[in-house]
Amino acid sequence: MNPRIVIFEEEQKQLEELCVRLMRDSLAKAIFLLDRNGQIIVAIGDISGIDTTSLASLVAGTTAATSSLAKLLGEEEFPVHFHEGKRDNLHISLVDSEHILTIVFDQRSSLGLVRLRVKKASERLVEVFKVLSDKQSREANSNVFNEITDEDIDNFFSF
Amino acid sequence: MSFINYSAREIILKIVYYGPGLSGKTTNIKYVHGATNPDARGNLITLETKAERTLFFDFLPLSLPPIRGFKTRLHLYTVPGQLFYSASRKLILKGADGVVFVADSQAERFEANLIALEDMKENLAEYGFDIERIPFVIQYNKRDLDNVTPVEELRAALNPWGVPDFEASAAADGGPGVFDTLKAVVKIIVRDLKNTK
Repeated sequence: MNPRIVIFEEEQKQLEELCVRLMRDSLAKAIFLLDRNGQIIVAIGDISGIDTTSLASLVAGTTAATSSLAKLLGEEEFPVHFHEGKRDNLHISLVDSEHILTIVFDQRSSLGLVRLRVKKASERLVEVFKVLSDKQSREANSNVFNEITDEDIDNFFSF
Repeated sequence: MSFINYSAREIILKIVYYGPGLSGKTTNIKYVHGATNPDARGNLITLETKAERTLFFDFLPLSLPPIRGFKTRLHLYTVPGQLFYSASRKLILKGADGVVFVADSQAERFEANLIALEDMKENLAEYGFDIERIPFVIQYNKRDLDNVTPVEELRAALNPWGVPDFEASAAADGGPGVFDTLKAVVKIIVRDLKNTK
């Protein structure tokens, strides 16, 4: 069966703090920290009016496609890809093999500044994800699904 | 790969609809989208060609009632069925918690179903998943059309494992079989996660 990704409150708080600091340092409009399947871990900044769930799934899709392109060309990975718009730009980078950092920024910032700040922040994010990964292994037996009854499952689709 | 966020009290499950081209994968999730309360669904994303064939994937997020204080969300994806989009299919399958194989019941698509099922097995195997272990259901779609292969024949060819299978007509009024299929795969996923230590 697939391994599961578990986020605990302590690490969630640390990841949020790192993203808040990155947003301030990079003069970004919004920051999304995702896993490679497109699940949102942190979404901060000016995100009103953005369908964040759709954004996350599309970023995961484009990252997966970019990664496959890299392999086709004999590269291990294209860890960064960038989309330039008239108003807003999107900087997408791999934090580690399982997490994606997405920065939305406009003319108040610059690609150079974002790249620099992302690189530094990624190092700290990797440290937190490492702690999280160890914690997941240790607490593998505490399974939230254990408490779910067959009746709960039957009642899932009440809409 | 189930995603559990204790901070947000949230569980997210990824379900992938697989199958040959034009078997009705997109029609399935479009039906689910249309039949679900707007409060319980997100936006449907379709990445398709100008001819309305799936190019990369369709995506539909759904919310289920909370269980044990956890918000439960489903992320439904479809793969592009056309043979030459094999690379994209493989990407979308990654991290799936469960798979729905949508077979086309029309007699002339019998062979296409077999090819797509083999393709799915290979792609699952490349991610280290065994088709006999991953939560998996089969849907025999388009039962409302003429010239369909009898279910017994489809079952014999496509379901040697005896996984739950359903007859459906996703494009017909009331989308018979669509929600039965989805409910079944969700139940298997949750039971499977329950038993995973």
